Amino acid sequence: MTPEELDQIAESEREAQSQFTQRVNVCVAAGCLSCQSQSVKDALDQEVTRRGTKDHCQVKGVGCMGLCSEGPLVSTSNGVLYKKVEASDGAAILDGLDGEPVSRLVCPTDVPFFQRQKKIVLENSGVIDPDRVEDYVAAKGYTALIKALTEMTSREVIDEVTKSGLRGRGGAGYPTGLKWSTVSKSVGTQKYLVCNADEGDPGAFMDRSVLESDPHRVLEGMLIAAYAVGASEGYIYVRAEYPLAIKRLRNAIRQAERIGLLGSNICGTRFSFRLDVRLGAGAFVCGEETALIASVEGKRGTPRPRPPYPAMEGLFGQPTLINNVETFANIAPIIRNGGEWYAGIGTEKSKGTKVFALAGRVENTGLVEVPMGISLREMVFEIGGGIPEGRRFKAVQTGGPSGGCLPADCLDMPVDYESLARAGSIMGSGGMIVMDESSCMVDVAKYFMDFCMTESCGKCIPCRVGTYHMHRILSAIANMNATPEDMKMLEQLCDLLKHTSLCGLGQSAPNPVVSTLRSFAEEYRAHIQDHKCPAGVCGAQSAAVGAGERETA
Amino acid sequence: MPSYVAKPTPPNQDKRWKLVDATIRRQGAQQRGLIETLHTVQEAFGYLDEQALRYVAMSLRVPLSRAYGVATFYHFFTLKPAGEHTCVICMGTACYIKGSQHLLDAVQHDLGIGPGETTADKKVSLLTARCLGSCGLAPAVVYDQEVAGKVGTAAVREHLKKWTHA
Repeated sequence: MTPEELDQIAESEREAQSQFTQRVNVCVAAGCLSCQSQSVKDALDQEVTRRGTKDHCQVKGVGCMGLCSEGPLVSTSNGVLYKKVEASDGAAILDGLDGEPVSRLVCPTDVPFFQRQKKIVLENSGVIDPDRVEDYVAAKGYTALIKALTEMTSREVIDEVTKSGLRGRGGAGYPTGLKWSTVSKSVGTQKYLVCNADEGDPGAFMDRSVLESDPHRVLEGMLIAAYAVGASEGYIYVRAEYPLAIKRLRNAIRQAERIGLLGSNICGTRFSFRLDVRLGAGAFVCGEETALIASVEGKRGTPRPRPPYPAMEGLFGQPTLINNVETFANIAPIIRNGGEWYAGIGTEKSKGTKVFALAGRVENTGLVEVPMGISLREMVFEIGGGIPEGRRFKAVQTGGPSGGCLPADCLDMPVDYESLARAGSIMGSGGMIVMDESSCMVDVAKYFMDFCMTESCGKCIPCRVGTYHMHRILSAIANMNATPEDMKMLEQLCDLLKHTSLCGLGQSAPNPVVSTLRSFAEEYRAHIQDHKCPAGVCGAQSAAVGAGERETA
Repeated sequence: MPSYVAKPTPPNQDKRWKLVDATIRRQGAQQRGLIETLHTVQEAFGYLDEQALRYVAMSLRVPLSRAYGVATFYHFFTLKPAGEHTCVICMGTACYIKGSQHLLDAVQHDLGIGPGETTADKKVSLLTARCLGSCGLAPAVVYDQEVAGKVGTAAVREHLKKWTHA
C-alpha cells in the first residue's frame, strides 16, 4: 500500500458514492439492532429494488447516531432524522426523499442533544458503513497514518500527542504523550501494544459504540501509536459480551491486512505491525492494566503491584503500551490536524472532548460527545432533556463502581478530570447515570458495593474482606437494623480500603459510599435512626415485587 | 524450545473437537492460548466439563488446576450446561435504577430458581449480566440472544410463560 494507492481507493469510493443522489442511512449498532433496525434496513432495501431506483438511491447500514432511546434511527440525504422507525415505514421514508418528510417519525435535530455536541471521536459514527474500509478511507481514513509514517519521525508523533494534551480516556487521565514517551524509551527485545476494550463499568457503552461504528478509527490510532513507541505486535482486549463489536473489529483487521495497512513493511517503510483480538471473559478487574496483561497471557486476571509499570515490564515481561479505545480513537485527528488544534478544545488541564454514555432517569439517553469543561447542568438538563415525569433531580453518578454520586449543588461544576475528583467522583470511562428522587442513595451504595465484592479478585485481603464487610453493613442499613457503631466501622473501612488495597478496584471501591455519605448523610440517618427509607426503596423483598407489579399494571 | 510432547487425542469422536484443535493450533499450542481455547470449547459445547478441561490442559501443557482456576475465575465460563432457553437480566446501573431488581425478583419467584441456575425440567436458565451496554433501553433483558428493551415485570413474566408451557 502506497499513499497513492490509498488516494486511489478514496477517489474511486467517492466517485461511486457520487452516483447516488439519494441516501438513506440506517443505524445498525447494537442499540438500534435490538429494536429491529435490521428489518427496517431489509425493508428499505427491498423497497428500493422494487421501485428500480437502486442505482441512484443508496441504503446504507451505519454506526450509532447517539439517541439510542428513540431507535431505530434512520437519517436521509435531505437532512431528516427519523426515530422509532418500523419496517412498514420503508415506503413512506423513500417517498419523503423527494417530498415532505414523514412528520409522524421526524426527530428534531435542532435541539441541544444534537447542537451542543462536538464530534471528534464519533465524527464517522452514523455516517460511514463500519463494515467497509473503503468508506472509512473516503472519509479521510488512514491519511493520518500515512502522514505519520512518511512525513514524521516517531519522536515527532509523540511530540504532537504531547502537545495535544490528550489524557487517558480509560478513567485515570494519565497524560498520553508521557506514557508513549516512557514506552518508546524502554528497552526490550520486543514491544507490545494493548488496546483496553474491556469496558467493565456498568452503565458505560462508549467503547462498544466506537468499535461497532468506526473500528478502523481505533486500528489507525493503534498503528500510529505502534509506530511512535516502536511496537511490532498488538492485542485488542475486548469483552466477550460484545459479539457485534468483536465481529466488526475482526472484519476491520482482515480488511486492513488485505490492503496492506497491517502486516510487514507498511507503506513501503520498515514499520511492521501485527494485531490480534483477545476476548475477555467477564471479569471487571481485568480493566486494571496489570490484570489485563495477565489475562492476555491466558492466566487468571489478578493484578500485581506496580512498579514495575507495564511501560517497563508488561506483556510477557516486555515494555507495553496500554491505552483505552477512546484514547486511540482520538489519535488520528490529532495527527491530521495537529496537537495545537486539539489543545484548543476543552479546559486548561483537560483537553479535547469526552464521549459519555448518558443513561438513567433522563429524557434523552444515548451516546454524546461534548467538549471538556461543559457543566453537569448542561449535560443533564439541556443535552439530557431533564428528568422525565416531572420528578426532581437527585444525583448524577459518574465513573461506575469506582466513582461517586454528585448531588444537585455540584450541577454547575465543569466536567473535567480535576473538578470531578475534587467533588469526590472520577471522570471514569464515561458512564453518566442520572438519578431522581425515586432512587435511594443507601441502596445505590449497596448496589455498587455488591458489585465490587463480587468482582474482587481475592488476591489482596483489604479488598476481598473489606468489600464483604462494607456490603454487610450497607445491607444492614438498608434493612433498617444497623447501629451507629456500624456507621463508624463503615467509615473506618472506607479509609482502610482506600489506602491498603493492591489495585484500583479496592482503592476506589469506597468512593460510592464516601460520596453518598458526604452529600446524602441524612438518608443514612433516616435509615438508622428513624428506620425509614425516604425514597421508599429499601425494605422487604416481597414488597419490592409488589411495587414492581403495580408499576407495570 | 519446549520438548516435543505427543498431542493428546480428543476425548471422543465428536466433530466439535476439530474446532477446539484448530484454536489450539492457531495459538501454537502455547499456554497463553488457554482463555482463547476455553472460549472455543464453550462456544462449541455450551459449557466446560471436566473432560474438556482435562483435554485442553493436556493439549496446552498447563496443570489441570490452572485450567480449572481460569475457568472458574471468569464469569463468562460456565461448568454446567444451560437450559433449553436462557433469560439474561441486565443488572447494570442504568437498568438497576430503572427497576431491573423487580424483574429479577419476579422471575426468581415464578421459576423458583436463582441467578445462575436452571429449572429442574432443564427448560429455562436464569442469568444476570453486569451490563449489556444497552443502557439507552433500560431495563434490558436478553431472551435467547435477542435483546429486549424497556421491559416491565408483566412482559418478562409473559415471555417466560411461553417457554415453560411450551
